Amino acid sequence: MTNDPTRLEFRDPARGSELLTRLEHVVERAGRRISVMHVCGSHEQALARYGLRTSLPRGLRVVMGPGCPVCVTDAPEVDAAIAVASRGVHVVTYGDMLGVPGQSISLEDARSAGARVSVVYSALQAVEMARRSTDAVVFFATGFETTAVATAAVLDAQPPANFFVLSAHKYVPPAMEVVAASPDARIEGFLAAGNAAIITGYGLFEPFAAEHGLPVVVAGFEPLDILAGLIRLVELAVEGRAEVVNAYPRCVTRDGNRPALAKLFKVFERRDGEWRGIATIAGGDLRLRREYAAWDAREHFDLAPIADAPEASELAGKCRCGAIMAGSAEPSDCALFGKECRPDSPRGACMVSSEGACRIWHQYGLGLRSERELSTLRVRESSA
Amino acid sequence: MCLGVPGKIVEVDDLVAKVDFWGVCRDVALHVVDEPVAVGDYVLVHVGFAIRRIPPEDIAQTLEFYRELVEEEATEAAEEARRS
Repeated sequence: MTNDPTRLEFRDPARGSELLTRLEHVVERAGRRISVMHVCGSHEQALARYGLRTSLPRGLRVVMGPGCPVCVTDAPEVDAAIAVASRGVHVVTYGDMLGVPGQSISLEDARSAGARVSVVYSALQAVEMARRSTDAVVFFATGFETTAVATAAVLDAQPPANFFVLSAHKYVPPAMEVVAASPDARIEGFLAAGNAAIITGYGLFEPFAAEHGLPVVVAGFEPLDILAGLIRLVELAVEGRAEVVNAYPRCVTRDGNRPALAKLFKVFERRDGEWRGIATIAGGDLRLRREYAAWDAREHFDLAPIADAPEASELAGKCRCGAIMAGSAEPSDCALFGKECRPDSPRGACMVSSEGACRIWHQYGLGLRSERELSTLRVRESSA
Repeated sequence: MCLGVPGKIVEVDDLVAKVDFWGVCRDVALHVVDEPVAVGDYVLVHVGFAIRRIPPEDIAQTLEFYRELVEEEATEAAEEARRS
């Protein structure tokens, strides 16, 4: 691990252990167990990758909320993409979406069965594919507001007529509302995702903090960013201050990226939508406005909404992705985790995506039996 | 998908910049960056789009913030030592 601010890496191990000591003391002084939630797959990856998960103070529980856009993409949304692909239309999407199960199969399964499905790393690349072809190209667009901005940018730039967007984009703030109001989550504060806040600005969280009486700290993705953010968040939670703090000042401002935000809502409007396993989130889906109907795959291919039949199979019924994403369970609480459900044979979306809590825990060996026994011991110890 | 990657601009051509990600160069779209950018600027890039110009003074601010937190710890430890 290097420490080179000119490479914008904030990973100085000495600074890290100083911050960890500070966090331990702040938690210790609370004199009780504190639970906070982050809502970003990249936060979970950093927590696991830099060993923070195993070195966090025992009195601090950091759960991952609905922070994986791939995981919350609803099965019928995946089914809509599969339906278009099965008509012989070229479907392109971000790599993480391929293995996500719809109600019966994934896009990857559809591709194995002969459908034309490709992976792109950017919306621009999808537009380029359409430009080089006379065939229709459907961009199955997933991701939170930061990713939706990229889709908005290509649509606003008048893409070719054979380019279509099947939007499954989602907007995080209303999902945070739902989780904050859920009694199961027992959260005392939120570590908000830096990337989304770059677009929306941290000012967006001020009414949220006031309404729910919960502090919100915006944090970046380097290990030191996360530690610094957690310190401030625990301090606010302990003092009962429902305030918003920006712990990612090099990237986040109060007002956010106004030109990007303007473009986002020029192209998209917020609608009520299903978040897989969590709930119907009021205003949680981003759909194309009428003005962009010419590029809307749902309009052009006349895609009727597909009904959801949750818990279709026995295994799917046991999957606890929903509870995990709502913050009321951890991957190790799921009976399938590491057994029937593994990265090479995922049962739930949280094990498919590189940003899913189950996938990350499995990759870094977290939540496996020994760790689970360890945490049981810790709970006993702390309640003794 | 959520990851934002910082890099340094080495070339700008209208709405496309060549960005050096510490050894790997990639084209990055400038349609939604928050302010005008020039060669030598740091930007945060998300799915091929620059979403934020990172002012150098803000990088110093981050390091200052870490220092502040560690200092708070030192101040408190000193206070506790004084009290006991």
